[in-house]
This record gives sequence, C-alpha cells and structure tokens, in this order.
Amino acid sequence: MKRLLAAACLLPAAAFSAAFSAAFSAAFAQDTTRVQGVRIGLTYAPGTRPGVFIAPIAGTGADADSARTILARDLDFSDRLTVIAPDGGDAPAGALNYLLYAQLGAAAVVQASVTPTGSLHVAVHDVAGAKVITVVDVPLPSPALGAEWRRAVHGVSDEVERAITGERGIAGTRILFVRDETLWTVDSDGAVAVPVLGVGNARSPAWHPTGRFIAYQQFAENGHHTVAVRDFAGGPARHFTGRGFLNGAPTFSPDGRTLVFGSGEDGIDLYAADPFGTEAPRRLTVGRGTQSYQPTFRPDGQRIAYTSNLPGHPEVYITDADGTNADLLTSSGMGEQSYRSDPDWSPDGRKVAYQSMTNGGFQIMTINVRDQSVQALTSEGSNEEPSWAPDGRHLVFTSTRSGVKQLWVLDTESGRTRQLTRGARARMPSWSPRLDAAR
Amino acid sequence: MLASRRPLTTLALALMVLTACRSKPAPVPAPAPPPPTPAAPAPAPPRVNQDSIDRARAAEAARLAATATAAAAARARATLGEEIYFDFDRDEIRDDQRATLDAKVPILSSNPNVRIRIAGHCDERGSDQYNEALGQRRAASAKRYLVSRGITESRIEVVSFGEERPAVQGENEEAWAQNRRDEFEIIAGGDNLRAPR
Repeated sequence: MKRLLAAACLLPAAAFSAAFSAAFSAAFAQDTTRVQGVRIGLTYAPGTRPGVFIAPIAGTGADADSARTILARDLDFSDRLTVIAPDGGDAPAGALNYLLYAQLGAAAVVQASVTPTGSLHVAVHDVAGAKVITVVDVPLPSPALGAEWRRAVHGVSDEVERAITGERGIAGTRILFVRDETLWTVDSDGAVAVPVLGVGNARSPAWHPTGRFIAYQQFAENGHHTVAVRDFAGGPARHFTGRGFLNGAPTFSPDGRTLVFGSGEDGIDLYAADPFGTEAPRRLTVGRGTQSYQPTFRPDGQRIAYTSNLPGHPEVYITDADGTNADLLTSSGMGEQSYRSDPDWSPDGRKVAYQSMTNGGFQIMTINVRDQSVQALTSEGSNEEPSWAPDGRHLVFTSTRSGVKQLWVLDTESGRTRQLTRGARARMPSWSPRLDAAR
Repeated sequence: MLASRRPLTTLALALMVLTACRSKPAPVPAPAPPPPTPAAPAPAPPRVNQDSIDRARAAEAARLAATATAAAAARARATLGEEIYFDFDRDEIRDDQRATLDAKVPILSSNPNVRIRIAGHCDERGSDQYNEALGQRRAASAKRYLVSRGITESRIEVVSFGEERPAVQGENEEAWAQNRRDEFEIIAGGDNLRAPR
C-alpha cells in the first residue's frame, strides 16, 4: 500500500471546500446520530496523511449514520489519515467517479452499507488505481451503539486503515486504568468506560500480550499486597508474592510466559514467575537495600527497563532479563530535576517513555535507547504514567491539565492530544495489545 | 431456734443447687459458716464494719493502682504509636526522629508479646508506583533501627501505603512533611501493656 500513500496529494482546505460544495450541492439529510466530539472534515494541514473519503453509508437510519461517525472518528484518531466525511449526502450508487474523489483530495474512498441482515459491508477503493482494494463484511451485534456493536465497527476501521496504510489500526484496542481503587477499561475512542467485573482494591494493571489475561496489584486494608493474574473476562485470580507484603507494578514478558513484578521487605527487587505455573517467584535483581521497581520489557524479551534509586534518587535503568548487566539509561537534562520513573518500552524497541520531574510536576519524555537522545512530549499541567499503544506512536498518560487527573492520548509524531476519560480521577493506564486474536 | 434450723437451710440450698444442675456431678455442699458470736457485750467497732472499711481501702488502692497501670499502658501505647517523619524521597531515619524510635524500644522490651506493624507513607509528589516502594523502604528503615536496638525481627511487620493515605490534605511543604511518615500499629499482645521498668 506504499503506492497509495505516495499517491496521496491533498488539496488545501479552502480548495477542498469549494470543490466539495460544487460537487455536493444536493440537499443533505441531517446526520442525527452524530456523536459529540467528532470532528468531521479536513482537520490537519495536509502533507503526510493520505485523504480518505468516508462516503455516507447506505442502509437504514441509526446504524448506518452512527457507524459512519465512528469510522470517521477512528480513522481521524489514527493520526495517519486525513478524514474527509462531510455531513449528510447520499450514499454513492453505481460506479464511483474516481476523478471527483481525487479532486477532493481523497487517496481512498470507504464505501459502506448496512445489509438487511445487519452486517456492515465495506469496500475500500484506491482512487489512483480506480479499483476496490479491500472488502470487509462484519456482522453488527445488537443493540446498535452497544459495546459489542461499537467494537465491531472499530474492527472495520482497523481493517480500513490496514488497507490504506499497510498497518492495522488501534481503534479496537482498550485501555485498562484505575478509578476509585478498582480497575476500569475504556475503549480507545473514550467510549464504554466500565469497571472490570470482580476486581476490587486493585492498582497497576497490565495486559498479557494475548489480551486474554491481566495482571494487577491487589491490596488489603492492612497494607498486604499481592500480584494477581486472571482472565480478563473474569474468574478466579492467581496470586504471586516475592518477599514481604509489597508485591506490585507487574508486567508480562512479550512472549507471555513470564510475569515480572517488584517485591521486597527491605530493599525492593524484581521477581519473575511463570504466570500459569506453580513455582515460587525467583528474584532477578540484587539491589542490596535499594529499590528496583516498575519493570517493562524490550519487545524481544531480552532486556528490562525499570526504575531504580541506586544513584540516591529515581532513574531508569536497563538490565538483562536475568537481572544482570544493569546500566543507567536516563540522566537529567536541562530544567529537569533528578527524578525519572514509570518507564514503558515502545513496541518498536527504539524508545523508552518515562516521566521526569520539572518544577515540582512531571512531564512525559522519551529517550532513544541507542543514543540516549531525549524528547519532551508534554508541557501543560503535570503528566505522568505513559503507556504505549501497540502502533508504537500513540501514548496514553495521566494529565492534570483539565483539573482532576484524567487519561489523555498523545500522537508522538504530530503532538496532537485528546482527552480519553472524564469524571472521577483516572490513573495508571495500560494500553492493550491488538485484541483481535483474543476475540 | 436459729442454730437448729441452719442445717435445714443448708440442705435446702444444696437441693436447689442439685436441681439447678442436675447433669453435673453433685457439688459438695458448702460448709455452713460459723454461727455468729452470740451478742458480745459492747463490740466497739463491729468486726463487719472494720472489714468493709478495709475492703474499701483495698479497693481504692487497687483502683488507684489500676488507674496508674492503665495510664502507664496508655502512655506506652501512645509512645509506641508515635509517628516518625522523613525527608522527600529519603528513607533514612532523620536525627531528629531517633528519640521517637528510641522511646519505643523499652516498651517493646517490657512487652515481649507485642507485635507491631510499621506502615510507610509518602507525600503526594512523586510517582504513585515508585512511592509504594519508597513507603516500604521507610517502614523497613524503622524496623532495621528497632532491630538494631535489640527488638526481635519477627515481632515487626512492615507494609507500605505509598501516597494513597495522606494524613493531611494540602499541596504545600507543611502538609507534605506530615505525610512523609511511618505509622506504628499494635497488631498483637497489646491488651495489657506494661510500662517499662
């Protein structure tokens, strides 16, 4: 699909509007189910994102209109496409006029219909090649706009994105987080924020790479913590302890076979266990009274980044997965205080995101693992607890910029941010892997 | 005549007891109290009165002693529960906090059945997760100190609440300083604390 990307040649916004008005002068039906917060139309300065025209969806009422709204928003949130989805209009019938879409700046057209049996049928057209490149046909579970229905549409969005860019999108992913001392999930578009059933007094959630299991820290009123692993959908939890009553900040290895967490009575060390086995966790690091906590694996599973107070304050270190060969990764730069923590290794392995204290608050930074070059990604409010999306370019993190701590999503390439959660304080986000395999 | 009726009364009492607890082995009837000395002339303070005075005095003394013991126990409890405070991102026992820990040592020594839980806490600054581990180190730090003063290791449990349970609300150094603390809680053997000798 590289060809399609290269073929993307977008008109300036004003020219687009003029062309659009001329082409669609017919009266448009009102899109009554437009979801609040959706931005429709040419949002960005054109240049790097191919335009995708989301045609009005043929079919009946709410399903069709809201499916289109969600498709448009998902592709917009991908930050890799420029969505062209004018309000109203009729579903295109017959052969597409590719020249017209080319003039509108579209490299691709998404032509969809809701079938009488309730399926969403989608054809993705390559405008330059004047042909259909992908067809997706997905049943829409009722009720319309229900959680499962929305996820089915997200799945279509991700297939459309794959057809156009060559890489599957992340609309179908979810984010685990902590609210009111329990675990919640929210869809990648901010919809369907719900508690995870059967989990209470929990913190620090983490996804298994299959998306089928979760690990988290379970705590009791007397301060005793264990690391718990259970099926995301429910069922009994298995509990893991290293030494003492602090057992927390769990993560899974990329192959899903190892659970690593921090534990210790005096110093805190990293411990590893088979999340499905019965052997006692084994200690990885030997901190001799210092603190090694917040582990995160390199995607090849060979190295682990973590927070250590070895220099007398928190810094991010990297060690081999067996706990040997620990090296300092971060060190303070201009305007930063000596406090860096909460590392999360990027899915492409090149960077580690972390939080760095500046002026009493925190900002999200990334450090290039190879040359240690640092990039500051946030500046507004205090921003903490970064977690990478599986596409390797989006991060979810907490921010106080709107008042109470909430989850925000940042596109590390364009700098665009959006608020993901609203309501009571939200924190400790963990972005899921692509969940298709688990469904 | 009074004396002749007494055995009957005793028997009646014994019967009552027997009927009241039929399933139990028959209790030995209490021996009849000696008959009161028949009217001695001018019994200056009657013996019974002197007894009740003595009893009252003894009771008052016991009450005072119990109050003193309770007060001492309360003081010991308060001393054991006194918090200690830390500097930002540090787990070392500050010089000005040593006396607070030192005062706990004789109480723990005098009450060998007492077990305590030390809970480390942090202020709201810093990473939530990192502070979990920092709180644990703060609790462990106080435990190390007490153990170095001779307290048995197994009598002290250490836990962390990170920054999840601030003692004081507020976003200023005064509040933060009060939140960076170890709390001490008696988890066993604390019912009858003895004051240190």
